[in-house]
Amino acid sequence: MSRPVLAGPGRRGLHPGAWWLWAACMAAAASRTTNPILLLLIGAVVLYVAAARRTDAPWSRSIVVFLRLGLVVILIRVVLVIVFGNRLPGHTLFTLPHVPLPSWAAGVSIGGTVTAEAVLAAVVQGLRLAVVLVCFGAANSLASPYRLLRCLPAVLYEAGVAITVALSFAPELVMAITDVRAARRLRGRPTRGFAGLRGTAVPVLERALDRSLQLASSMDARGYGRRVPVARGARRAAAGATACGLLLVVAGVYGVLVAGSLPGGGIPFVAVGAVLVGTGLAVGGRRTNRTRYRPDPWRLPEWLVSGSGIVALGSLVVAGVLGVPGLEYVLSPLRLPTLPVVAAIGILVGLVPAWAAPVERTSLVVRSGPTSRPSAAAESEDLVTGPVSDTLSGAAPADAVAPVGLPGGNGG
Amino acid sequence: MIRFNEVTFTYDGADRPTLDRVDLVVGEGELCVVVGPTGSGKTTLLRAVNGLVPHFTGGRLSGEVLVDGRSTRDFPPRELADVVGMVGQNPAASFVTDVVEDELAYTMENLGLDPAVMRRRVEDALDLLGLHDLRYRPLATLSGGQQQRVAIGAVLTASPRVLVLDEPTSALDPAAAEEVLASLTRLVHDLGLTVLLAEHRLERVLPFADTVVLVPGSGSQLTVGTAADVMVDSPVAPPLVELGRLAGWTPLPLSVRDARRLVAPLRERLVGAEPPHAGPPASGPPVARLDRVIVRFGDLTALDTCDLEVRAGELVAVMGRNGSGKSTLLGQLAGVRAPTSGRVDVTGADPTGLAPRDLVARVGLVPQDAGLLLYGDSVAAECVGADHDTGLAPGATAAVLDRILPGLPSDRHPRDLSEGQRLALALAVVLAPAPPLLLLDEPTRGLDYPGKARLVTLLEELADAGHTVVMATHDVELVARVATRAVVLAEGEVVADGPARDVVCHSPVFAPQVAKVLAPDPWLTVDEVRAALEVGAVHG
Repeated sequence: MSRPVLAGPGRRGLHPGAWWLWAACMAAAASRTTNPILLLLIGAVVLYVAAARRTDAPWSRSIVVFLRLGLVVILIRVVLVIVFGNRLPGHTLFTLPHVPLPSWAAGVSIGGTVTAEAVLAAVVQGLRLAVVLVCFGAANSLASPYRLLRCLPAVLYEAGVAITVALSFAPELVMAITDVRAARRLRGRPTRGFAGLRGTAVPVLERALDRSLQLASSMDARGYGRRVPVARGARRAAAGATACGLLLVVAGVYGVLVAGSLPGGGIPFVAVGAVLVGTGLAVGGRRTNRTRYRPDPWRLPEWLVSGSGIVALGSLVVAGVLGVPGLEYVLSPLRLPTLPVVAAIGILVGLVPAWAAPVERTSLVVRSGPTSRPSAAAESEDLVTGPVSDTLSGAAPADAVAPVGLPGGNGG
Repeated sequence: MIRFNEVTFTYDGADRPTLDRVDLVVGEGELCVVVGPTGSGKTTLLRAVNGLVPHFTGGRLSGEVLVDGRSTRDFPPRELADVVGMVGQNPAASFVTDVVEDELAYTMENLGLDPAVMRRRVEDALDLLGLHDLRYRPLATLSGGQQQRVAIGAVLTASPRVLVLDEPTSALDPAAAEEVLASLTRLVHDLGLTVLLAEHRLERVLPFADTVVLVPGSGSQLTVGTAADVMVDSPVAPPLVELGRLAGWTPLPLSVRDARRLVAPLRERLVGAEPPHAGPPASGPPVARLDRVIVRFGDLTALDTCDLEVRAGELVAVMGRNGSGKSTLLGQLAGVRAPTSGRVDVTGADPTGLAPRDLVARVGLVPQDAGLLLYGDSVAAECVGADHDTGLAPGATAAVLDRILPGLPSDRHPRDLSEGQRLALALAVVLAPAPPLLLLDEPTRGLDYPGKARLVTLLEELADAGHTVVMATHDVELVARVATRAVVLAEGEVVADGPARDVVCHSPVFAPQVAKVLAPDPWLTVDEVRAALEVGAVHG
């Protein structure tokens, strides 16, 4: 796939907010239809954009993990329907032996007739969830969650860092476990079974704690948590406003996602909530005098990317309001789904970022000259981390930690 | 710039103060090197400068530490972030963000600096430390030397008046260490920064030092002075200084260049003395063998078609830059993971297929972090556990330990031991079942010179007793003193393999100081020169 260079001087890539907004819109669009053609279209659009614009950074692999996870979700749903049954009447595919259950388990049945309709319904429901997961994975791949945290208002920043550190704990833990298990083997002790587990847990936790203390002392020495005094009352009012606002936003989002559950589609709730949260954060933010280095600007590409997502979502909302047929996949009578053209065109607009977004710089750095040493993460200086190094450099087991995409740069 | 007034510091639960009535003044623009034996309190001294001791560690501090006129009594570490930049031993553990550029800006963001100022300072730091090509790189993909430079840059951008570094080069290969030290001297010379740094491998930093602070440990008074003065009777001294003491040079040379200008008379005294030759190649039976071994991690090839055979009684040093595959090589011999292709054979068996108990009887490995091998809650419990694991008679491990490092308090928790003591304990545990093959990964990291000397003696005894030792190390002085054979790896391939004497003498990177001073004659260590002079004196 060709990667045109659109990043002008002084640009590091698209504003992470634009990516996350676009991905959220695509996910919301997926949640408003059960038409498999539209769902597949959304999935294809998101995957294409992610493939065209993701970088070679460690967190970029998360889309693969989420894609796999999506397939697993579909599989699980189908298996559950076959075993426990969603006894939709219709075309019988095959019949499993029926397992009689005692009378107290009246609502549950195991085995029985499996119809094409039931399986199809499960596939479609699984597909919808899978597409939402892929959207989330794409957002993770395209913009590191850490960069998104950097955009948070000052008052939330410290909570954000706490989350970052907590998340980086997971890959650390995986590394520590591999280290300790290798060391146990060198001591001639069992690495499996209960004895192995008990012998591994304590040193692993010790190491994780050590690392956390080191990080904490480093953050302290680097000025984390410097404060400006602010009146207590103002602080409390800010906290209250933020909490109420968040509740309203949550309620409003529910209204947007579940059509017809709240007056006005939930939009007024979101609006009032957002104002409250904004005020709360602005007041609370006065306690820290943090500034931001090279804040990501919001320019034309950001408008295009987020706008394309909003158009895609909007087309589905409009189609729903107008009652365009085909948004919901009707299973009986069983036939191929129809294609609502308005919605399909709207979803295709979601492809715009594949051209409108600048390519992020990390992918353009040529590793040459004296800096071309194998990465510290991949090098196995610490002997027993040898097998671990691929956890960070992003080989197969790395996928398990990649979605975190946070500073775990503790390679060598 | 930095002033310690009668500072006494005691850790919680310790019966003796770690720092006892310390008075110290470090002037503006000085590069001050803190030296001292393992566990003497160097790190405590450094961390007291920005108040991490005692604000972060707990414990009791009396007296006063003043930095740029601010007392750590009134200012916690975060309020001193604009005055003191602190770089710890493990830079990777201190990274808060995930991209080089963001990491450089992190401290400034906390200080609330103006975005325009931040931008300018980040650009300056990138140029100053040669990080320009790496600015958008994820931190996790950097090499050790690059990470160390980013960590320095990350505190530098806050434009502190004082930079404090704890063993900035201990994990780096010789070339990467030079790179970091060159950056530091540049900062001192161009920006007038005050630098306080602790280091074990003095041979690297001494030429750059304005003053040296000797922390003798066990609460004795500090010695402060110019490097040449302190080195006259310092218990820790690099080979160059020892050579100077032997030859009676004053002032003592601190750099190879200084010594080369004084060397002529010594050369004359050595005329006629024959530098020792490389011994004959080892003829013992083969102990371990790698046969066309390839190891890949993802798309990185850590070992590339590696052939190697080690024989009984050999002391093999594996050298090469960070990430060249040294540790992977040791891991292959210890069966830590199976090779991607090729065959590994240790005393006639494939180590990956062995049960843990059979493995320890054939091969012992002490990893870089020796503490990984220790699980007991006291030294005695550790020894008993090792006897039990390997089916030895009770007391066997304790006896080995007693030979390596007598007088280790048996009720001490392994985590409370010094680096050198921990290494001794791990060695005892690994050596107790007397495996024919012993593997050591960076055995001298964090060891002082006396500790190193004890290790050298021990390794020689082991080799004499027929054990084979393979060690991965950056420490060229150790290789010069003890190794019989040296293997140099680059990008996973063996690029040199031969008698240690020939390999190190012919490499500008790996040559020890004595060899550099006395080149072209192949003398490697002070002991060889001393022996030759004594023979000469007897005959003369």
